Amino acid sequence: MERPAIKTHNLTKRFGDFTAAKDLSFEVAKGEIFGFLGANGAGKTTAMRMLCGLSIPSSGEANVAGFDVYRQTENIKRNIGYMSQKFSLYEDLTITENIEFFGGIYGLSNKEIRDRGSALINELGLEKEKKKLVGSLPLGWKQKIAFSVAVLHDPSIVFLDEPTGGVDPVTRRQFWDLIYDASDRGITVFVTTHYMDEAEYCNRISMMVDGEIKALDSPSELKKKFGVESMDDVFFHLARGAKRSDN
Amino acid sequence: MVDVKVQNVSKSYEKGKVLALNEVSFEVEKGELFGLIGPDGAGKTSLFRILTTLIDFDQGEASVLSFDVNKDLKKIRKEVGYMPGRFSLYQDLTVEENLEFFATIFNTSIEENYDLVREIYVQIEPFKDRKAGKLSGGMKQKLALCCALIHRPKVLFLDEPTTGVDTVSRKEFWEMLKRLKEQEITILVSTPYMDEAMLCERIALIQHGSIMSIDSPKGIISKYPDPLYGIKSADMSRLLRLLQDQERVKSANSFGEYHHVSLVEPDSANMDRLLDSLRMEGLEQLEMKPIKPSIEDCFIHLMKEQHGETSH
Repeated sequence: MERPAIKTHNLTKRFGDFTAAKDLSFEVAKGEIFGFLGANGAGKTTAMRMLCGLSIPSSGEANVAGFDVYRQTENIKRNIGYMSQKFSLYEDLTITENIEFFGGIYGLSNKEIRDRGSALINELGLEKEKKKLVGSLPLGWKQKIAFSVAVLHDPSIVFLDEPTGGVDPVTRRQFWDLIYDASDRGITVFVTTHYMDEAEYCNRISMMVDGEIKALDSPSELKKKFGVESMDDVFFHLARGAKRSDN
Repeated sequence: MVDVKVQNVSKSYEKGKVLALNEVSFEVEKGELFGLIGPDGAGKTSLFRILTTLIDFDQGEASVLSFDVNKDLKKIRKEVGYMPGRFSLYQDLTVEENLEFFATIFNTSIEENYDLVREIYVQIEPFKDRKAGKLSGGMKQKLALCCALIHRPKVLFLDEPTTGVDTVSRKEFWEMLKRLKEQEITILVSTPYMDEAMLCERIALIQHGSIMSIDSPKGIISKYPDPLYGIKSADMSRLLRLLQDQERVKSANSFGEYHHVSLVEPDSANMDRLLDSLRMEGLEQLEMKPIKPSIEDCFIHLMKEQHGETSH
């Protein structure tokens, strides 16, 4: 079997006497779409920051894209992609400029940036808009472009933090088509969302409550296990008893 | 009695280049819980700012409690509560100081109207000496609601109060709104979450500055034109692509566990033929069943119908 894209064992982060993430142990397979769910303040952001090489764990182990989260954070950063609702692209640069900027940051050659950039613009049908400032585009476009830019350098893993918040229902579905395509190409997708229908699109889901992973399985198994009809009910069942209610 | 009245209101930005609202009309009755449902950029916030007398608009008329939003600014501001989408309390004042501040500028006191906010305020009272900027997301939301209520407004405007909030807190928030409704406060609330539409008495579905439909949630669902089916198989992404290529399929959208499908000729023979052809493609564990449309189905249908929407 191929090496997992992410592997953690008892990964823990403490801030003073507060344990934000406690004993997280899980694996994510290459090409898997992994849903990382939890209530506000459950510790999702803390966990994600450790996996992206942005925050050094207090204890435990984790390997991301073949690199150690303590010693090889720079390698991790080069081998992942990241986007969120809050940060995606530079609003005061054009689409083309954003592609050039991020391509450059991720160390692509000028030729790679040109080739992949024009393929991206083609695929999303943005030939006419490519010289427009990103700030002037509708949110749904921005998010689709941001995702495509986040995987421009063919990362092993892409981290998506609530990528579809506020996006209209049609575009939200087109966004998931892009996620499926990336997964088909072998890119591992690590995604958080507040839309429970989107949780259903993941191969597996983990549910964090009060800093710990309380459940981890495929959506259908989770529903079976808790004897409920929807992921919304699974979430409610697990998060209802949370002591920490916020971030 | 009509508490909020909007007639043919249009609003543009950047010297007419960006049309935020396009001849929008609707009314909200006294004591009604009315929802504006739509994605970011639909025009929801512009509408709230017009109704709370904060911005001008290009054409049309709007009134709140029968006061004209262009002429009776001060009268309206005294009588309404507004919780903007972005957290807008004083970050460097404590929880209690913020509440006191808002009570004072409306010439009242926390004590006078405490009954109205009590149920919400007790949840944040243990942190009353904490600076508002240091509060968690859910607590900020509760404090903002208290501050919008402390002068006992007749109409409450809530712009995306549950955005970015998890399912459990969202459910709690809607419970609070239901209890406020019992106090006969008229509530206009916006949300991008289509599932929350079911919790309103009436809703307007809004997209690209236009209202696509106004009715009770049940009424909107009953107007969905076609019988709808849920369909699933072992390979959901391939199933969706195959469905979208089928001539006998009118629409096919992913909806979590099942894809939602409507047929050109929705009879059982056609349904069987569809299943047969999918089986021929090698799809396994096929299951198809009639389902009720959700508000999101209706929204997608209206988007495609009214804008010939391929959307980006």
